[in-house]
Amino acid sequence: MSATETPAAPGVYIGQRVPRKEDARLLTGKGVYVDDVSVAGMLHVAFHRSPIARGNIKSIDLSVAKQLPGVHAVLIAADLARYKVDMLSFFLAAPVVPVPVLAIDCVRYVGDPIAIIIAEDRYIAEDAAGLITVVYDEEDPVVTMDEAKTGALVHPQTDSNIAAATGTEDPDEELEALLNNAPHLETVEFKHQRIAQSPMETRGVVSAPQGAEELTIYLSCQGPQLNARWFAQAFGMPQTSIRVISKDVGGSFGLKGQPWREEVATVLASMLLKRPLKWIEDRLENLTSACQAREQEIKLRAAFDKEGNLIASHAEYSINNGAYPQGADSNIAVMMFIWGAHKLPKFDFYSRGWFTNTVGLSAYRGPWAIESLTREVLLDRAARKLGIDAVELRKRTLLRREDQPCTTNMGLELEDISPAECLDVLLTKVDVTAFRIEQAEARKQGRYLGLGIATYIEPTAGSTGIAVLISESAHIRIEPTGKISAVVSTHSQGHGTQTTMAQVVAETLGVKFDDVSIHEDDSSRGGYGSGAYGSRQAVAGGGACIGAAKLLVDKIKKAAAHLLNTTPENISMREGIITVSGDKPQSVTLRDLADIAYGEPERLPEGMEAGLEVQFRYRPPPITMTSAAHACIVEVDADTGFVKIKRWVSSEDCGVMINPSVVEGQIAGGLAQGIGSVLMEQVSFDARGNPTAVTYKDYMLPTIFDVPTFEYNHDASMPSKADGGFRGVGEGGCIVGPPTLVNAIADALAPFGEIKLEFPMTPTRLLAHIEGRPEIAEHAKPVVAPVPEPTVATTPTVAPVQNVFSPSAPQEQIAAPAAVQIDGNWKFVLSTPLGPQAFTGRMSTDGNNLTGVFIMNMDEAHFTGTFKGNHLVWDLKVTKPMKITLKYEAHIDGDKLLGKCKMGIFGTAKLVGERIP
Amino acid sequence: MSQHQINLTINGRPHCSTVEGRLTLSDFLRGDAGYTGVHVGCEHGVCGACTVIVDGNAVRSCLMLAVQADGSKITTVEGLAADDGTLHPVQQAMKDECALQCGFCTPGIVMTLTALTNCANKPSGDTLVQAMSGHICRCTGYQGIKRAAMKLGGDAA
Repeated sequence: MSATETPAAPGVYIGQRVPRKEDARLLTGKGVYVDDVSVAGMLHVAFHRSPIARGNIKSIDLSVAKQLPGVHAVLIAADLARYKVDMLSFFLAAPVVPVPVLAIDCVRYVGDPIAIIIAEDRYIAEDAAGLITVVYDEEDPVVTMDEAKTGALVHPQTDSNIAAATGTEDPDEELEALLNNAPHLETVEFKHQRIAQSPMETRGVVSAPQGAEELTIYLSCQGPQLNARWFAQAFGMPQTSIRVISKDVGGSFGLKGQPWREEVATVLASMLLKRPLKWIEDRLENLTSACQAREQEIKLRAAFDKEGNLIASHAEYSINNGAYPQGADSNIAVMMFIWGAHKLPKFDFYSRGWFTNTVGLSAYRGPWAIESLTREVLLDRAARKLGIDAVELRKRTLLRREDQPCTTNMGLELEDISPAECLDVLLTKVDVTAFRIEQAEARKQGRYLGLGIATYIEPTAGSTGIAVLISESAHIRIEPTGKISAVVSTHSQGHGTQTTMAQVVAETLGVKFDDVSIHEDDSSRGGYGSGAYGSRQAVAGGGACIGAAKLLVDKIKKAAAHLLNTTPENISMREGIITVSGDKPQSVTLRDLADIAYGEPERLPEGMEAGLEVQFRYRPPPITMTSAAHACIVEVDADTGFVKIKRWVSSEDCGVMINPSVVEGQIAGGLAQGIGSVLMEQVSFDARGNPTAVTYKDYMLPTIFDVPTFEYNHDASMPSKADGGFRGVGEGGCIVGPPTLVNAIADALAPFGEIKLEFPMTPTRLLAHIEGRPEIAEHAKPVVAPVPEPTVATTPTVAPVQNVFSPSAPQEQIAAPAAVQIDGNWKFVLSTPLGPQAFTGRMSTDGNNLTGVFIMNMDEAHFTGTFKGNHLVWDLKVTKPMKITLKYEAHIDGDKLLGKCKMGIFGTAKLVGERIP
Repeated sequence: MSQHQINLTINGRPHCSTVEGRLTLSDFLRGDAGYTGVHVGCEHGVCGACTVIVDGNAVRSCLMLAVQADGSKITTVEGLAADDGTLHPVQQAMKDECALQCGFCTPGIVMTLTALTNCANKPSGDTLVQAMSGHICRCTGYQGIKRAAMKLGGDAA
């Protein structure tokens, strides 16, 4: 039976609301989070951090701090320099600009760690942190993206503040004509505020070196396997010597995908001091020095015909990368999914990530979520102007199941998305007509009700193109006791994978759920996996458990058939009882079989390995799509601007559910975070880059009164193509929540005109809109006047932005002297949407012809092209992750090469090269 | 640093300890006494994860000093379940209603609900939900917490 034929009907365990295995320990205070770990001889760590956003360090005085009783050591970058550490991105790629573990000569954001203090307890360590004196030569910081576009270079060694870019800067004239000549052009433009992921457990690490060969790291993280691999690669140590243990984790939401500066500094200090060290981030550090997310600006234009069909669209997008992002990013996923579920003939985009003097960018649940917010708000606005019902407009533009398989204009291959079908189901639960009557009545009474609807698709469990996110592993063994242990490369930070993976194993094996234990907390057990990342655990981890369990079932049947004088087809197992069908039913327990498999293997079939254990690595389909449509009803108080969410209904296609309670928990949690981002959450800075939301009194999180009771509907669910038919649900709520709520607020306040898209939509802001007055600035900050893209520096202190994609750049270089040395060996860095890729190559010339080869990961790619003077062009055909012809253009200046690579739908990437011997 | 001797009862067991004046009750309970079920989420009294019961009242142990607890009776989340492992009704309601995911905020929520449901005048479900406004949960969207509170108040969720 193929996966698509798998019935969605609940199994014995799959599809059941099985109580969680984790709860017994977590409810009784017996969970083991990283701060609960103590190692003999352990000392405690605090950091001295920069109080300014940008400046050069003139001097550091550690003498007073070192003399404080109880202080063991105070270390700065120079002390840790004996270890060579290459900080890496989540994708295990080198960063665009080197990330120092501790600040070296300069500081780049408020909170930049300068010194690590090791003391008997955290109180003393913090005392000592306050006794360090650093003298700075302070400089004006670049805080906002507007400032980044025109201000000084955040990293002087770069040629611009663009950390990453994709898409095409040059307007596509054909597309512009379509947009400008269409019957209706709708434009949505707004800034999204910065968000702190805010797991209730902050980051933390206990590093316990056990001699030169062994290093045990207890870490609050999203996956011990990936984090162990990260440490091994970043430290240049063989992975076998690094063991990451991570039992219970108090939420991550993208923040704990990889170790970062403080964790690394703690580990290095523990190696240097040869003592176990503990660093537990406090909330002040978490809100100021942990990487953050979501600070973006977007302009989306979409052209419609009179019937509401999409003609063309263009998106321009920027994201604040901070000073040291966990992977410089221009967020290609925004562009992949902004119209990923819609019928749209033509689309183009330009995306940039910007360096600023703020703490770096990392992941946050649905990192590309702004695509849904922008699109769904645009559709509602267009609907109002076109005089078409907003639901109807979605029905006209969304792809339906019968339109698939198809490929979007961003190269996304779709076969089973169903947001339109989810919307159909949603509309059976939400009576829009009745609501409109209620809304009209309420307005007569001065009450403002609004209905918001949004749909989205969520890419889950991707398994192609990103080397760290390909497959997941499951090792299952029947213990000699007859109980089942499974080591899976999933990792729960509240996901409940110890329960859901046990459900899958128990169902597939035919054993009792209570007899299955799932282990996922130790990188030294089991195989590589990324843990909780990209909504992949149900699909990829579940598939691995199914695959391993099936192998084990085969072995059990063969062994039992041999022992019971029958054939494997006659053997079945249920609740751990192995039964022979036929005239003389016989049964043995799994325990009996395990006794023989481990204790008397000579009784097993000839050649069968002793014991009962298997392993399986599952690579799911390239991408598994989850779809949904949500509706919410709000009332906005016209006297206070307060938003009350009165009802929220979701309708999803989440495939086969392993545990509906867990699925709904993920949806609810994501929605609550989405509500927070719309109504209250905001990381803010003053003009000097000082964080101004540094406690949970300033950074407001949703409480029980801000989140309504959610109604779920799973009727639109169809099994996915993945083994088990599962789909991921980890991020969707956080993606669809914001547009659903914003559309409801906009609908409620429509009598006052279109609301301004300013986030968060605080009562103050909404009241200003209702009362028709300019908003009082919530954060006193000088307004930075928009400066046109400069071609020359406007003031002597502002460095000109050198745009590497400027078409004029190569032309200027053509005029350079013709005697250019092209032939020889080169090293290159290509800034791809997945982060920089480094490789080497050779080029040689003959006449005006150019030939060459790129060498990466023992793979060679040959190309041919032409050159004129120092201007080179060549094409390179690749097949992974998709078939695409990369069009390169570059110029050589001495031993340096600067150019660009057009990557089809992925836009243009920067190429830099350097001659090597 | 000033050192103070304190005597107190934690989960029914007497404790005698010498502590620094500035040591918070949460750090004392976690570090000195070993009750790591007390979770420190924000250290400024907002999130509620560190809530314990001091002489019958739900208290944020990050905002109280250990010396202030001298002579008091303290219950942490470790002190609720019966010796045979049977969960306290609050813990059971939380489990039944899927009121936790990562479990970090959970002990504080359990302690507030326990302190209130232990009161002589039994609070309603709405009162218990009201009290939950002092706890931050980042995982669940409060769905199960609301149901558990309503159930413990004798109201339908």
